[in-house]
Amino acid sequence: MTIQSGSLVRPRSKLRLALGREANFGDLAFRRLTALFAASVIVLLVWMAIQMGIASKLSLAHFGLGFITASDWDPVRDHYGALPFIYGTVVSSLLALCIAVPISLGIAIYLSELAHPRLRTPMGFLVELLAAVPSVVYGLWGIFALAPWLRETVEPLLAKTLGFLPLFQGPHQGFGMLAGGIILAIMITPTISSVSREVLRAVPQTLREGATGLGATRWEVVRVAVLPYAKSGLVGAVILGLGRALGETMAITMVIGNRSEIAISLFAPSYTMASVIANEFTEATGELYLAALAEIGLLLFGVTVALNVIARLLVWRVGRLPEGGRL
Amino acid sequence: MTTAAQAYPRRKWTDRIVRSLCVLGTLIALVPLASVLYYVLVRGIGGINLDFFTELPKPVGESGGGMGNALLGTLKLVGLAGLFGIPPGVLAGVYLAEFGNTRFGYAVRFAADVMSGVPSITVGIFVYSLVVVTTKQFSALAGGIALAILMLPMVTRTTEELLKLVPESLREAALGLGVPKWRATLRVMLRTAAPGIAVGVMLSVARVAGETAPLLFTAFNNRFWSTGLNEPTASLPVNIYTNAVSPYEDWHRQAWAAALVLLITVLILNITARFLVRSRVGAR
Repeated sequence: MTIQSGSLVRPRSKLRLALGREANFGDLAFRRLTALFAASVIVLLVWMAIQMGIASKLSLAHFGLGFITASDWDPVRDHYGALPFIYGTVVSSLLALCIAVPISLGIAIYLSELAHPRLRTPMGFLVELLAAVPSVVYGLWGIFALAPWLRETVEPLLAKTLGFLPLFQGPHQGFGMLAGGIILAIMITPTISSVSREVLRAVPQTLREGATGLGATRWEVVRVAVLPYAKSGLVGAVILGLGRALGETMAITMVIGNRSEIAISLFAPSYTMASVIANEFTEATGELYLAALAEIGLLLFGVTVALNVIARLLVWRVGRLPEGGRL
Repeated sequence: MTTAAQAYPRRKWTDRIVRSLCVLGTLIALVPLASVLYYVLVRGIGGINLDFFTELPKPVGESGGGMGNALLGTLKLVGLAGLFGIPPGVLAGVYLAEFGNTRFGYAVRFAADVMSGVPSITVGIFVYSLVVVTTKQFSALAGGIALAILMLPMVTRTTEELLKLVPESLREAALGLGVPKWRATLRVMLRTAAPGIAVGVMLSVARVAGETAPLLFTAFNNRFWSTGLNEPTASLPVNIYTNAVSPYEDWHRQAWAAALVLLITVLILNITARFLVRSRVGAR
């Protein structure tokens, strides 16, 4: 209700006007207070970007764009280039996606379309438990279980069968890109599969019924009716998984070998952006060194925020599509 | 009469193959879970004794000792995180549920979703440059703040989701009795949703209790008991990390024992949350 000053009604007091659409002071205060905390979420996000920009100012000014193309990381000469870390992060994350995407989509399709209703909840819970295991516990398991297994069993096998590819050459160490990719894949599978399940759940039931009515098999229903509708949301789920893989720190730091070299072989040790921050931040002496590490953090922050924005928009879209609407 | 499956064997077989691939994918995903649980249980159980919970870590070369300080440190850090993270998160969630259908509301929701995808290590850098640089020391306070920042978006979104589940008729009943809107929200809506919100908060506590990366350069580590909030503080996850990458057999054993304690805590919190949610849904 708005109050016009020229009306016949007796003008309200100043306090009354200030209250606007709220009926009393308590309501106004309550709304403002909660709004303040809601705003704090946005403020924090922006503040993080600014604060990390300030922390990396020195390095930004000193190296400019060369920071991401230079490949020497030399604290002694005070010269920093992030290329090996960017390479390690990107390749390990892509490797993780190659492993995790088919499995996660399989899980999502199985749990939302195929599984017996009674199996859905417990199976879904087990998959989500994968996300509940702390990163550092995966790392511990990676060091003492995964890496030895890769060294003794998987890497020799890969070298014997696919050894003609440069990807699978070199000494078998267990610790390296392959171990990193696998452990990331394990950790992002629950993310991708649970978001995909949500997306599949948003697909209107009428589409499934229509396809079934035309005589489609279970898989054909998924392929012709469900997947086309859910496509953009599934892409969003995969991008969310990628974002998690890029920023994952502890587990991968413990298994990837932490050597800043760019090697083609998946058996070779590598280094990621998050790992170098975790390993060197507390020991960094010198302002430029610290700023360079902060700049890596800023890069990681910027990329993951951008990926999350894109992914969320894609996932939100599926919930708001018109029924039967094609993309 | 022939069914589609009989008339088109190729379609039938494609269907079977794809369906079994989906089942296979699900089973493959559960192998690492089983393996992690098995390893942590088998290797960790030997290191669990009274000393583990009460003693300080022993120096290299001496066997025995425990992680009492890390256990206490984790409790302290998670407590601080809850103190700083839960009240703002709940209030922000109340805003989103009650007044959130505005452009600002959508922006907050979006920011919360994006923030939950930010790598935890960058939160560590943020808190380092904000708190540690200012106070000139690693502290439990800084670690608690870092964990609180990670909790905030989770608590906000769960509170909102659960408040939206409360039937609108409850609010109308309260308003009809002449209760002001804010009291109706707090005393009726929030109270009804409280058990569910508690479950959500429990899950976010379980998440941050295992976080390591943001603590590395905020709470740091400590080989001794830390008193107060302004000292470097040990925590279970950070100790698992430093012990795991150390070359000492004894330290590895401690790391597995710590992992077992952490994992059991996290699993209990998750499973309890699961059953609480289910019993509530079943009751409705």
